[in-house]
Amino acid sequence: MCGIAGLIHRGRSGDIGREMTSMLQALKHRGPDSAGFALYGKPDPDRQIMRFKVAEQEDLAKGFKIHQQMRDRKATVDARLAELGATVEQEDQATEYAYRYIFKFDGDLKRLADYLEDIEDVEILSLGHALELVKDLGDAGRVSEQYGLGAFQGTHGIGHTRMATESDVDIRSAHPYWAYPFNDVAVVHNGQLTNYWGSRRALERRGHRFMSDCDSELIAVYVADRIARGDDLEAAMKRSIHEFDGVFTYLVATSDSLGMAKDVMAAKPMVLYESDEIIALASEEVAIRSVFPHEIDTFDPYEGEVRVWQS
Amino acid sequence: MAELSREQESHRMGMHTEQLAGRSQQIFFAPEEAENFASPDAFDVDFNKRGEFDVTEMTQNQINLKIRELMSQGYGTIVVQNPGAKHSLGVGILNRLQLYFEGSLGYFGCGLIDGPNVRISGRVGWSCAENMLSGTVVIEKNAGSTFGAAIRGGDLVCKGDVGSRTGIDMKGGSIIVGGRTGAFSGFMMQRGRMVILGDAGKNLGDSMYDGTIYVGGKIANLGVDAVEGEITDLDVRWLERKLAIYGLEAPDGARNMTKIVSGKKLWNYDNLEPMEKKMVL
Repeated sequence: MCGIAGLIHRGRSGDIGREMTSMLQALKHRGPDSAGFALYGKPDPDRQIMRFKVAEQEDLAKGFKIHQQMRDRKATVDARLAELGATVEQEDQATEYAYRYIFKFDGDLKRLADYLEDIEDVEILSLGHALELVKDLGDAGRVSEQYGLGAFQGTHGIGHTRMATESDVDIRSAHPYWAYPFNDVAVVHNGQLTNYWGSRRALERRGHRFMSDCDSELIAVYVADRIARGDDLEAAMKRSIHEFDGVFTYLVATSDSLGMAKDVMAAKPMVLYESDEIIALASEEVAIRSVFPHEIDTFDPYEGEVRVWQS
Repeated sequence: MAELSREQESHRMGMHTEQLAGRSQQIFFAPEEAENFASPDAFDVDFNKRGEFDVTEMTQNQINLKIRELMSQGYGTIVVQNPGAKHSLGVGILNRLQLYFEGSLGYFGCGLIDGPNVRISGRVGWSCAENMLSGTVVIEKNAGSTFGAAIRGGDLVCKGDVGSRTGIDMKGGSIIVGGRTGAFSGFMMQRGRMVILGDAGKNLGDSMYDGTIYVGGKIANLGVDAVEGEITDLDVRWLERKLAIYGLEAPDGARNMTKIVSGKKLWNYDNLEPMEKKMVL
Protein backbone atom coordinates (compact mmCIF):
# COMPACT_ATOMS: atom_id res chain seq x y z
CA MET A 1 0.00 0.00 0.00
CA CYS A 2 2.65 2.55 1.15
CA GLY A 3 2.11 6.09 2.35
CA ILE A 4 3.69 9.26 1.02
CA ALA A 5 3.75 12.79 2.36
CA GLY A 6 5.25 16.14 1.50
CA LEU A 7 5.40 19.58 3.02
CA ILE A 8 6.73 22.89 1.78
CA HIS A 9 6.98 26.19 3.62
CA ARG A 10 6.62 29.17 1.35
CA GLY A 11 9.41 31.70 1.74
CA ARG A 12 10.73 30.50 5.08
CA SER A 13 12.22 27.61 7.01
CA GLY A 14 10.32 25.51 9.49
CA ASP A 15 10.52 22.44 11.71
CA ILE A 16 10.52 20.22 8.67
CA GLY A 17 12.14 17.27 10.46
CA ARG A 18 9.57 17.18 13.24
CA GLU A 19 6.67 17.88 10.88
CA MET A 20 7.62 15.14 8.42
CA THR A 21 8.18 12.68 11.25
CA SER A 22 4.72 13.41 12.56
CA MET A 23 3.08 13.05 9.15
CA LEU A 24 4.83 9.80 8.32
CA GLN A 25 4.18 8.30 11.72
CA ALA A 26 0.47 8.96 11.15
CA LEU A 27 0.77 6.86 7.98
CA LYS A 28 2.51 3.96 9.68
CA HIS A 29 -0.47 1.66 9.09
CA ARG A 30 0.07 2.05 5.34
CA GLY A 31 3.52 0.47 5.56
CA PRO A 32 5.65 -0.42 8.57
CA ASP A 33 8.59 -2.01 6.73
CA SER A 34 10.74 1.07 6.28
CA ALA A 35 10.53 4.84 6.42
CA GLY A 36 12.44 7.51 4.60
CA PHE A 37 12.87 11.26 4.53
CA ALA A 38 14.22 13.68 1.93
CA LEU A 39 14.68 16.94 3.81
CA TYR A 40 15.86 20.23 2.36
CA GLY A 41 17.86 22.63 4.50
CA LYS A 42 19.38 25.95 3.53
CA PRO A 43 21.36 25.37 0.31
CA ASP A 44 25.09 26.00 0.45
CA PRO A 45 26.26 26.37 -3.16
CA ASP A 46 29.93 25.91 -2.14
CA ARG A 47 29.47 22.58 -0.40
CA GLN A 48 28.02 19.16 -1.07
CA ILE A 49 26.16 17.15 1.53
CA MET A 50 26.42 13.43 0.96
CA ARG A 51 24.48 10.73 2.80
CA PHE A 52 25.74 7.23 2.13
CA LYS A 53 25.73 3.76 3.58
CA VAL A 54 28.40 1.06 3.60
CA ALA A 55 26.13 -1.91 4.40
CA GLU A 56 22.54 -2.98 4.79
CA GLN A 57 21.14 -3.20 8.31
CA GLU A 58 20.66 -6.94 7.87
CA ASP A 59 24.36 -7.37 6.99
CA LEU A 60 25.22 -6.77 10.64
CA ALA A 61 23.82 -10.17 11.47
CA LYS A 62 26.02 -11.94 8.93
CA GLY A 63 29.54 -13.32 9.36
CA PHE A 64 32.42 -12.29 11.60
CA LYS A 65 34.02 -9.58 9.54
CA ILE A 66 31.23 -7.14 8.83
CA HIS A 67 32.53 -4.44 11.18
CA GLN A 68 35.98 -4.55 9.64
CA GLN A 69 34.44 -4.61 6.17
CA MET A 70 32.40 -1.51 6.94
CA ARG A 71 35.49 0.28 8.23
CA ASP A 72 37.40 -0.74 5.10
CA ARG A 73 34.63 0.49 2.82
CA LYS A 74 34.48 3.81 4.63
CA ALA A 75 38.26 4.16 4.39
CA THR A 76 38.05 3.50 0.66
CA VAL A 77 35.37 6.18 0.31
CA ASP A 78 37.67 8.64 2.10
CA ALA A 79 40.59 7.71 -0.11
CA ARG A 80 38.61 8.05 -3.31
CA LEU A 81 37.16 11.41 -2.27
CA ALA A 82 40.69 12.66 -1.62
CA GLU A 83 41.87 11.20 -4.92
CA LEU A 84 39.19 13.16 -6.80
CA GLY A 85 40.06 16.39 -5.00
CA ALA A 86 37.13 16.59 -2.58
CA THR A 87 37.85 18.25 0.76
CA VAL A 88 35.79 16.75 3.56
CA GLU A 89 34.93 19.43 6.15
CA GLN A 90 32.51 17.54 8.36
CA GLU A 91 31.92 13.87 9.00
CA ASP A 92 29.04 12.42 11.02
CA GLN A 93 28.26 8.79 11.65
CA ALA A 94 24.50 8.40 11.90
CA THR A 95 24.53 4.61 12.44
CA GLU A 96 27.12 1.85 12.21
CA TYR A 97 26.55 1.73 8.48
CA ALA A 98 25.38 5.24 7.53
CA TYR A 99 27.38 8.44 7.20
CA ARG A 100 26.87 12.10 6.47
CA TYR A 101 29.70 14.08 4.88
CA ILE A 102 29.96 17.76 4.03
CA PHE A 103 32.68 18.45 1.50
CA LYS A 104 33.89 20.87 -1.12
CA PHE A 105 34.08 19.56 -4.64
CA ASP A 106 33.92 21.30 -7.99
CA GLY A 107 34.58 18.35 -10.30
CA ASP A 108 32.31 15.99 -12.21
CA LEU A 109 29.61 14.85 -9.79
CA LYS A 110 28.59 11.80 -11.82
CA ARG A 111 32.18 10.60 -11.94
CA LEU A 112 32.45 11.01 -8.19
CA ALA A 113 29.19 9.15 -7.58
CA ASP A 114 30.17 6.32 -9.92
CA TYR A 115 33.63 6.03 -8.37
CA LEU A 116 32.27 5.79 -4.83
CA GLU A 117 29.49 3.37 -5.71
CA ASP A 118 32.06 1.17 -7.42
CA ILE A 119 33.10 0.20 -3.87
CA GLU A 120 31.27 -2.98 -2.91
CA ASP A 121 28.07 -2.34 -0.87
CA VAL A 122 28.57 1.43 -0.82
CA GLU A 123 25.47 3.34 -1.89
CA ILE A 124 25.05 7.09 -2.04
CA LEU A 125 21.64 7.90 -0.63
CA SER A 126 21.79 11.56 -1.59
CA LEU A 127 24.12 14.19 -2.86
CA GLY A 128 23.37 17.88 -3.09
CA HIS A 129 23.64 21.37 -1.69
CA ALA A 130 20.44 21.17 0.36
CA LEU A 131 19.10 17.61 0.23
CA GLU A 132 19.60 15.17 3.09
CA LEU A 133 18.08 11.78 2.42
CA VAL A 134 17.67 9.34 5.28
CA LYS A 135 15.98 5.95 5.08
CA ASP A 136 16.09 2.84 7.16
CA LEU A 137 14.02 -0.09 8.37
CA GLY A 138 11.21 0.52 10.85
CA ASP A 139 8.63 3.23 11.27
CA ALA A 140 9.15 6.96 10.88
CA GLY A 141 9.44 7.64 14.59
CA ARG A 142 12.22 5.09 14.96
CA VAL A 143 14.15 6.26 11.90
CA SER A 144 13.78 9.91 12.88
CA GLU A 145 15.09 9.24 16.36
CA GLN A 146 17.90 7.04 15.08
CA TYR A 147 19.15 9.76 12.73
CA GLY A 148 18.29 12.75 14.94
CA LEU A 149 15.90 14.34 12.43
CA GLY A 150 13.58 15.97 14.97
CA ALA A 151 15.60 19.16 15.08
CA PHE A 152 16.09 19.48 11.33
CA GLN A 153 15.21 22.94 10.05
CA GLY A 154 14.39 23.38 6.40
CA THR A 155 12.04 24.66 3.74
CA HIS A 156 10.52 21.42 2.51
CA GLY A 157 10.62 17.67 2.53
CA ILE A 158 9.04 14.49 1.25
CA GLY A 159 8.77 11.11 2.92
CA HIS A 160 7.55 7.57 2.63
CA THR A 161 6.35 4.66 4.74
CA ARG A 162 6.80 1.43 2.87
CA MET A 163 4.87 -1.79 2.66
CA ALA A 164 7.17 -3.97 0.59
CA THR A 165 5.25 -5.68 -2.21
CA GLU A 166 7.53 -6.15 -5.18
CA SER A 167 11.04 -5.92 -3.75
CA ASP A 168 12.89 -6.71 -0.54
CA VAL A 169 12.65 -5.18 2.90
CA ASP A 170 16.01 -3.43 2.88
CA ILE A 171 17.40 0.07 2.77
CA ARG A 172 18.17 0.00 -0.93
CA SER A 173 14.49 -0.66 -1.67
CA ALA A 174 13.27 1.96 0.77
CA HIS A 175 12.14 5.38 -0.41
CA PRO A 176 12.88 8.21 -1.10
CA TYR A 177 15.16 7.75 -4.07
CA TRP A 178 17.82 10.23 -4.97
CA ALA A 179 17.75 11.01 -8.68
CA TYR A 180 21.29 9.93 -9.44
CA PRO A 181 23.46 11.74 -10.44
CA PHE A 182 21.65 15.05 -10.04
CA ASN A 183 22.00 17.38 -7.13
CA ASP A 184 19.08 17.72 -4.76
CA VAL A 185 16.40 15.70 -6.61
CA ALA A 186 14.43 13.06 -4.68
CA VAL A 187 11.26 11.04 -5.28
CA VAL A 188 8.68 9.12 -3.26
CA HIS A 189 5.98 7.02 -4.86
CA ASN A 190 2.86 5.06 -4.03
CA GLY A 191 1.74 2.61 -6.69
CA GLN A 192 3.01 0.18 -9.32
CA LEU A 193 4.56 0.86 -12.71
CA THR A 194 3.69 -1.95 -15.08
CA ASN A 195 6.11 -0.93 -17.83
CA TYR A 196 9.04 -0.90 -15.41
CA TRP A 197 11.49 -3.17 -17.20
CA GLY A 198 11.06 -1.63 -20.64
CA SER A 199 11.48 1.86 -19.25
CA ARG A 200 14.44 0.81 -17.14
CA ARG A 201 16.24 -0.74 -20.10
CA ALA A 202 15.73 2.45 -22.10
CA LEU A 203 17.27 4.52 -19.29
CA GLU A 204 20.13 2.07 -18.77
CA ARG A 205 20.98 2.40 -22.44
CA ARG A 206 21.31 6.13 -21.77
CA GLY A 207 23.90 5.42 -19.07
CA HIS A 208 21.83 5.56 -15.90
CA ARG A 209 22.41 3.19 -13.00
CA PHE A 210 19.85 1.46 -10.82
CA MET A 211 20.60 0.35 -7.27
CA SER A 212 17.39 -1.64 -6.77
CA ASP A 213 14.61 -3.39 -8.64
CA CYS A 214 12.05 -1.02 -7.16
CA ASP A 215 9.83 0.74 -9.69
CA SER A 216 9.93 3.94 -7.62
CA GLU A 217 13.61 4.35 -8.39
CA LEU A 218 12.67 4.44 -12.06
CA ILE A 219 10.63 7.60 -11.51
CA ALA A 220 13.57 9.36 -9.88
CA VAL A 221 15.93 8.40 -12.69
CA TYR A 222 13.35 9.23 -15.36
CA VAL A 223 12.65 12.70 -13.94
CA ALA A 224 16.37 13.38 -13.59
CA ASP A 225 16.94 12.26 -17.17
CA ARG A 226 14.21 14.55 -18.48
CA ILE A 227 15.56 17.51 -16.53
CA ALA A 228 19.02 16.79 -17.96
CA ARG A 229 17.49 16.85 -21.43
CA GLY A 230 16.07 20.32 -20.89
CA ASP A 231 12.62 19.81 -19.36
CA ASP A 232 11.73 21.79 -16.29
CA LEU A 233 10.32 19.82 -13.35
CA GLU A 234 6.69 20.35 -14.29
CA ALA A 235 7.23 19.40 -17.93
CA ALA A 236 9.13 16.26 -16.92
CA MET A 237 6.34 15.22 -14.58
CA LYS A 238 3.62 15.89 -17.16
CA ARG A 239 5.48 13.79 -19.68
CA SER A 240 5.79 10.98 -17.15
CA ILE A 241 2.02 10.77 -16.76
CA HIS A 242 1.78 9.54 -20.33
CA GLU A 243 4.96 7.48 -20.46
CA PHE A 244 4.44 5.47 -17.27
CA ASP A 245 1.92 2.70 -17.35
CA GLY A 246 0.23 1.63 -14.13
CA VAL A 247 -1.29 3.24 -11.08
CA PHE A 248 0.75 5.79 -9.19
CA THR A 249 0.91 8.99 -7.23
CA TYR A 250 4.37 10.41 -6.67
CA LEU A 251 6.13 13.43 -5.21
CA VAL A 252 9.35 15.00 -6.43
CA ALA A 253 11.43 17.54 -4.55
CA THR A 254 14.30 19.67 -5.81
CA SER A 255 16.38 22.25 -3.94
CA ASP A 256 13.62 24.87 -4.17
CA SER A 257 10.43 23.10 -5.24
CA LEU A 258 7.99 20.30 -4.58
CA GLY A 259 5.86 18.60 -7.20
CA MET A 260 3.10 15.99 -7.28
CA ALA A 261 1.76 13.84 -10.10
CA LYS A 262 -1.19 11.50 -10.27
CA ASP A 263 -1.87 8.85 -12.89
CA VAL A 264 -4.71 9.15 -15.39
CA MET A 265 -6.91 6.75 -13.41
CA ALA A 266 -6.39 8.57 -10.10
CA ALA A 267 -6.14 5.14 -8.57
CA LYS A 268 -3.83 6.09 -5.71
CA PRO A 269 -4.85 8.54 -3.03
CA MET A 270 -3.51 12.01 -2.33
CA VAL A 271 -5.01 14.70 -0.12
CA LEU A 272 -3.83 18.27 -0.47
CA TYR A 273 -3.91 21.28 1.83
CA GLU A 274 -2.77 24.59 0.43
CA SER A 275 -2.46 27.97 2.14
CA ASP A 276 -0.41 31.12 1.60
CA GLU A 277 2.25 29.85 4.03
CA ILE A 278 2.37 26.12 3.54
CA ILE A 279 1.41 23.22 1.30
CA ALA A 280 0.96 19.77 2.77
CA LEU A 281 0.19 16.56 0.87
CA ALA A 282 -0.31 13.02 2.07
CA SER A 283 -1.90 9.73 1.18
CA GLU A 284 -4.39 10.32 3.98
CA GLU A 285 -5.72 13.46 5.60
CA VAL A 286 -4.95 12.07 9.03
CA ALA A 287 -1.26 12.75 8.27
CA ILE A 288 -1.93 16.40 7.50
CA ARG A 289 -4.02 16.64 10.66
CA SER A 290 -1.06 15.50 12.69
CA VAL A 291 0.58 18.83 11.82
CA PHE A 292 -2.57 20.97 11.54
CA PRO A 293 -5.01 19.71 14.15
CA HIS A 294 -7.42 22.62 13.61
CA GLU A 295 -10.12 22.51 10.94
CA ILE A 296 -8.70 23.08 7.44
CA ASP A 297 -9.97 22.75 3.89
CA THR A 298 -8.45 19.88 1.95
CA PHE A 299 -9.16 18.26 -1.38
CA ASP A 300 -8.08 15.44 -3.69
CA PRO A 301 -6.11 16.39 -6.80
CA TYR A 302 -7.67 14.89 -9.93
CA GLU A 303 -6.56 12.26 -12.43
CA GLY A 304 -3.56 13.14 -14.56
CA GLU A 305 -2.90 16.22 -12.46
CA VAL A 306 0.58 17.66 -11.97
CA ARG A 307 1.32 20.52 -9.57
CA VAL A 308 4.58 22.18 -8.62
CA TRP A 309 5.19 24.65 -5.78
CA GLN A 310 8.23 26.80 -5.02
CA SER A 311 9.65 27.19 -1.52
CA MET B 1 -53.21 12.76 -23.63
CA ALA B 2 -54.74 11.68 -20.38
CA GLU B 3 -53.03 12.75 -17.17
CA LEU B 4 -50.58 10.12 -15.97
CA SER B 5 -51.20 8.59 -12.57
CA ARG B 6 -48.45 8.89 -9.96
CA GLU B 7 -47.63 5.25 -10.46
CA GLN B 8 -47.43 5.63 -14.23
CA GLU B 9 -45.25 8.71 -13.78
CA SER B 10 -42.88 6.94 -11.48
CA HIS B 11 -42.62 3.99 -13.85
CA ARG B 12 -41.92 6.29 -16.78
CA MET B 13 -39.08 7.82 -14.81
CA GLY B 14 -37.77 4.42 -13.87
CA MET B 15 -38.42 5.14 -10.20
CA HIS B 16 -40.08 1.78 -9.67
CA THR B 17 -36.65 0.26 -9.79
CA GLU B 18 -35.93 2.06 -6.52
CA GLN B 19 -37.74 -0.81 -4.84
CA LEU B 20 -34.56 -2.76 -5.28
CA ALA B 21 -32.69 -0.28 -3.13
CA GLY B 22 -32.25 -0.13 0.66
CA ARG B 23 -34.47 -2.01 3.02
CA SER B 24 -36.45 0.98 4.18
CA GLN B 25 -36.77 2.26 0.60
CA GLN B 26 -38.85 -0.72 -0.35
CA ILE B 27 -41.76 0.53 1.67
CA PHE B 28 -43.68 3.69 0.99
CA PHE B 29 -43.26 5.99 3.92
CA ALA B 30 -46.26 6.41 6.20
CA PRO B 31 -46.19 7.31 9.91
CA GLU B 32 -48.26 4.29 10.87
CA GLU B 33 -45.67 2.04 9.27
CA ALA B 34 -42.81 3.48 11.25
CA GLU B 35 -41.96 0.11 12.72
CA ASN B 36 -41.02 -1.09 9.24
CA PHE B 37 -38.13 1.34 9.25
CA ALA B 38 -36.50 -0.07 12.31
CA SER B 39 -33.91 -2.81 12.22
CA PRO B 40 -34.79 -5.62 14.64
CA ASP B 41 -31.75 -4.63 16.68
CA ALA B 42 -32.36 -0.89 16.49
CA PHE B 43 -32.43 1.18 19.65
CA ASP B 44 -35.43 3.26 20.55
CA VAL B 45 -34.05 6.78 20.46
CA ASP B 46 -35.40 10.24 21.14
CA PHE B 47 -34.25 12.95 18.73
CA ASN B 48 -34.67 15.53 21.49
CA LYS B 49 -32.15 13.73 23.66
CA ARG B 50 -28.80 15.14 22.61
CA GLY B 51 -25.30 13.89 23.42
CA GLU B 52 -22.00 15.58 22.54
CA PHE B 53 -18.48 14.31 22.95
CA ASP B 54 -14.98 15.36 21.91
CA VAL B 55 -13.03 12.58 20.23
CA THR B 56 -9.62 14.20 19.92
CA GLU B 57 -7.99 11.60 22.15
CA MET B 58 -10.18 8.64 21.16
CA THR B 59 -9.47 5.88 18.65
CA GLN B 60 -11.90 5.15 15.84
CA ASN B 61 -13.05 1.99 17.59
CA GLN B 62 -13.72 3.87 20.82
CA ILE B 63 -15.67 6.55 18.94
CA ASN B 64 -17.92 4.06 17.18
CA LEU B 65 -18.56 2.20 20.41
CA LYS B 66 -19.41 5.48 22.15
CA ILE B 67 -21.97 6.32 19.45
CA ARG B 68 -23.53 2.90 19.94
CA GLU B 69 -23.52 3.30 23.71
CA LEU B 70 -25.30 6.65 23.46
CA MET B 71 -27.92 5.19 21.11
CA SER B 72 -28.49 2.36 23.57
CA GLN B 73 -29.20 5.03 26.19
CA GLY B 74 -31.83 6.59 23.94
CA TYR B 75 -29.85 9.49 22.54
CA GLY B 76 -31.33 10.35 19.13
CA THR B 77 -29.07 13.32 18.40
CA ILE B 78 -25.32 12.82 18.74
CA VAL B 79 -22.62 15.38 18.03
CA VAL B 80 -19.07 14.13 17.48
CA GLN B 81 -16.55 16.93 17.91
CA ASN B 82 -13.06 17.02 16.37
CA PRO B 83 -13.09 13.72 14.47
CA GLY B 84 -9.70 14.71 13.01
CA ALA B 85 -10.09 12.82 9.71
CA LYS B 86 -9.98 9.47 11.50
CA HIS B 87 -11.04 6.50 9.42
CA SER B 88 -14.20 4.39 9.52
CA LEU B 89 -16.25 6.64 11.80
CA GLY B 90 -20.03 6.30 11.98
CA VAL B 91 -20.09 2.94 10.21
CA GLY B 92 -22.71 0.22 10.46
CA ILE B 93 -25.41 2.31 12.11
CA LEU B 94 -28.75 0.57 11.50
CA ASN B 95 -30.81 3.07 13.44
CA ARG B 96 -32.77 6.25 13.19
CA LEU B 97 -30.36 8.88 14.42
CA GLN B 98 -29.32 12.48 13.91
CA LEU B 99 -25.55 12.28 13.80
CA TYR B 100 -23.33 15.34 13.44
CA PHE B 101 -19.60 15.33 12.85
CA GLU B 102 -18.03 18.69 13.61
CA GLY B 103 -14.91 18.33 11.49
CA SER B 104 -13.65 15.95 8.83
CA LEU B 105 -13.71 12.19 8.38
CA GLY B 106 -11.02 9.95 6.88
CA TYR B 107 -11.64 6.89 4.74
CA PHE B 108 -14.77 4.72 4.81
CA GLY B 109 -16.80 7.15 6.92
CA CYS B 110 -20.49 6.26 7.40
CA GLY B 111 -20.22 3.01 5.46
CA LEU B 112 -22.95 0.37 5.63
CA ILE B 113 -25.49 2.60 7.31
CA ASP B 114 -29.23 2.07 7.19
CA GLY B 115 -31.33 4.89 8.53
CA PRO B 116 -29.36 7.70 10.16
CA ASN B 117 -29.29 11.30 9.02
CA VAL B 118 -25.66 12.38 9.10
CA ARG B 119 -24.18 15.83 8.62
CA ILE B 120 -20.46 16.42 8.35
CA SER B 121 -19.19 19.98 8.60
CA GLY B 122 -15.81 19.21 7.06
CA ARG B 123 -14.50 16.91 4.38
CA VAL B 124 -14.60 13.14 3.90
CA GLY B 125 -11.90 10.84 2.53
CA TRP B 126 -12.19 7.92 0.14
CA SER B 127 -15.22 5.63 0.07
CA CYS B 128 -17.63 7.68 2.13
CA ALA B 129 -20.98 5.96 2.73
CA GLU B 130 -19.96 2.82 0.87
CA ASN B 131 -22.87 0.37 0.70
CA MET B 132 -25.24 2.81 2.36
CA LEU B 133 -28.78 1.40 2.45
CA SER B 134 -30.91 4.32 3.54
CA GLY B 135 -30.81 7.63 5.38
CA THR B 136 -29.00 10.81 4.39
CA VAL B 137 -25.37 11.88 4.53
CA VAL B 138 -24.61 15.54 3.84
CA ILE B 139 -21.03 16.81 3.60
CA GLU B 140 -20.44 20.54 3.64
CA LYS B 141 -16.96 20.52 2.03
CA ASN B 142 -15.14 18.15 -0.34
CA ALA B 143 -15.02 14.37 -0.66
CA GLY B 144 -12.41 11.89 -1.85
CA SER B 145 -12.67 9.18 -4.48
CA THR B 146 -15.13 6.27 -4.66
CA PHE B 147 -17.73 8.47 -3.01
CA GLY B 148 -20.89 6.45 -2.47
CA ALA B 149 -19.48 3.24 -3.90
CA ALA B 150 -22.20 0.60 -4.26
CA ILE B 151 -24.85 2.53 -2.35
CA ARG B 152 -28.29 0.99 -2.52
CA GLY B 153 -30.47 3.75 -1.15
CA GLY B 154 -30.71 7.06 0.64
CA ASP B 155 -29.33 10.46 -0.28
CA LEU B 156 -25.61 11.12 -0.27
CA VAL B 157 -24.78 14.78 -0.75
CA CYS B 158 -21.44 16.54 -1.03
CA LYS B 159 -21.66 20.30 -1.44
CA GLY B 160 -18.06 20.62 -2.64
CA ASP B 161 -15.88 18.73 -5.12
CA VAL B 162 -15.58 14.95 -5.21
CA GLY B 163 -12.76 12.71 -6.46
CA SER B 164 -12.78 9.93 -9.03
CA ARG B 165 -15.10 6.93 -9.44
CA THR B 166 -18.01 8.62 -7.69
CA GLY B 167 -20.93 6.23 -7.37
CA ILE B 168 -19.00 3.31 -8.76
CA ASP B 169 -21.29 0.27 -8.83
CA MET B 170 -24.17 2.19 -7.23
CA LYS B 171 -27.35 0.18 -7.03
CA GLY B 172 -29.87 2.75 -5.88
CA GLY B 173 -30.44 5.97 -4.01
CA SER B 174 -29.19 9.40 -4.99
CA ILE B 175 -25.76 10.96 -5.04
CA ILE B 176 -25.63 14.73 -5.32
CA VAL B 177 -22.41 16.63 -5.90
CA GLY B 178 -22.39 20.41 -5.59
CA GLY B 179 -19.07 20.82 -7.40
CA ARG B 180 -17.18 18.64 -9.86
CA THR B 181 -16.32 14.96 -9.97
CA GLY B 182 -13.30 13.08 -11.27
CA ALA B 183 -12.89 10.35 -13.86
CA PHE B 184 -15.05 7.25 -14.11
CA SER B 185 -17.95 8.63 -12.13
CA GLY B 186 -20.92 6.28 -12.39
CA PHE B 187 -18.66 3.42 -13.49
CA MET B 188 -20.77 0.24 -13.71
CA MET B 189 -23.72 2.05 -12.21
CA GLN B 190 -26.76 -0.20 -11.93
CA ARG B 191 -29.56 1.83 -10.41
CA GLY B 192 -30.26 5.18 -8.81
CA ARG B 193 -29.52 8.77 -9.76
CA MET B 194 -26.41 10.87 -9.66
CA VAL B 195 -26.55 14.65 -9.88
CA ILE B 196 -23.34 16.55 -10.62
CA LEU B 197 -23.83 20.30 -10.59
CA GLY B 198 -20.31 21.09 -11.76
CA ASP B 199 -18.07 19.43 -14.35
CA ALA B 200 -17.67 15.68 -14.73
CA GLY B 201 -14.31 14.02 -15.45
CA LYS B 202 -13.55 11.69 -18.29
CA ASN B 203 -15.30 8.38 -18.96
CA LEU B 204 -18.49 9.43 -17.23
CA GLY B 205 -20.91 6.53 -16.79
CA ASP B 206 -18.51 4.00 -18.25
CA SER B 207 -20.19 0.59 -18.61
CA MET B 208 -23.29 1.73 -16.74
CA TYR B 209 -26.07 -0.83 -16.78
CA ASP B 210 -28.87 1.46 -15.74
CA GLY B 211 -29.61 4.52 -13.64
CA THR B 212 -29.41 8.17 -14.56
CA ILE B 213 -26.71 10.82 -14.29
CA TYR B 214 -27.48 14.53 -14.52
CA VAL B 215 -24.65 16.98 -15.13
CA GLY B 216 -24.85 20.74 -14.77
CA GLY B 217 -21.35 21.57 -16.05
CA LYS B 218 -19.09 20.23 -18.76
CA ILE B 219 -18.49 16.54 -19.37
CA ALA B 220 -14.91 15.66 -20.29
CA ASN B 221 -16.18 12.67 -22.25
CA LEU B 222 -18.61 9.80 -21.90
CA GLY B 223 -17.52 6.28 -21.07
CA VAL B 224 -18.37 3.16 -22.99
CA ASP B 225 -22.13 2.62 -23.43
CA ALA B 226 -23.09 5.92 -21.76
CA VAL B 227 -25.34 8.04 -23.95
CA GLU B 228 -27.17 11.32 -23.66
CA GLY B 229 -30.87 11.09 -22.83
CA GLU B 230 -33.70 13.57 -23.09
CA ILE B 231 -34.55 15.68 -20.06
CA THR B 232 -38.28 15.36 -19.36
CA ASP B 233 -40.62 17.42 -17.22
CA LEU B 234 -40.49 14.65 -14.67
CA ASP B 235 -36.71 14.85 -14.54
CA VAL B 236 -36.88 18.59 -14.02
CA ARG B 237 -39.44 18.30 -11.25
CA TRP B 238 -37.49 15.57 -9.50
CA LEU B 239 -34.24 17.54 -9.75
CA GLU B 240 -35.73 20.77 -8.48
CA ARG B 241 -37.44 19.03 -5.60
CA LYS B 242 -34.40 16.99 -4.62
CA LEU B 243 -31.90 19.85 -4.89
CA ALA B 244 -34.12 22.20 -2.93
CA ILE B 245 -34.07 19.79 0.01
CA TYR B 246 -30.33 20.37 0.33
CA GLY B 247 -30.30 24.06 -0.55
CA LEU B 248 -28.68 23.46 -3.95
CA GLU B 249 -29.50 24.68 -7.44
CA ALA B 250 -28.48 23.62 -10.92
CA PRO B 251 -26.14 26.32 -12.31
CA ASP B 252 -28.30 26.97 -15.41
CA GLY B 253 -31.52 25.46 -14.17
CA ALA B 254 -32.55 21.82 -13.97
CA ARG B 255 -33.92 21.83 -17.53
CA ASN B 256 -30.53 22.69 -18.94
CA MET B 257 -28.72 19.85 -17.25
CA THR B 258 -27.36 17.03 -19.40
CA LYS B 259 -28.94 13.64 -18.76
CA ILE B 260 -26.82 10.54 -19.22
CA VAL B 261 -28.25 7.03 -19.35
CA SER B 262 -27.08 3.58 -20.41
CA GLY B 263 -27.02 2.85 -24.14
CA LYS B 264 -27.59 -0.81 -23.21
CA LYS B 265 -25.46 -2.01 -26.09
CA LEU B 266 -23.13 -3.92 -23.79
CA TRP B 267 -24.16 -6.96 -21.81
CA ASN B 268 -26.92 -5.76 -19.52
CA TYR B 269 -28.89 -7.04 -16.58
CA ASP B 270 -32.00 -6.53 -18.66
CA ASN B 271 -30.94 -9.58 -20.65
CA LEU B 272 -31.60 -11.66 -17.56
CA GLU B 273 -34.83 -13.26 -16.58
CA PRO B 274 -36.60 -11.41 -13.74
CA MET B 275 -35.76 -14.09 -11.19
CA GLU B 276 -32.10 -14.01 -12.17
CA LYS B 277 -32.15 -10.25 -11.90
CA LYS B 278 -33.50 -10.45 -8.38
CA MET B 279 -30.77 -12.84 -7.41
CA VAL B 280 -28.04 -10.68 -8.91
CA LEU B 281 -29.28 -7.39 -7.53
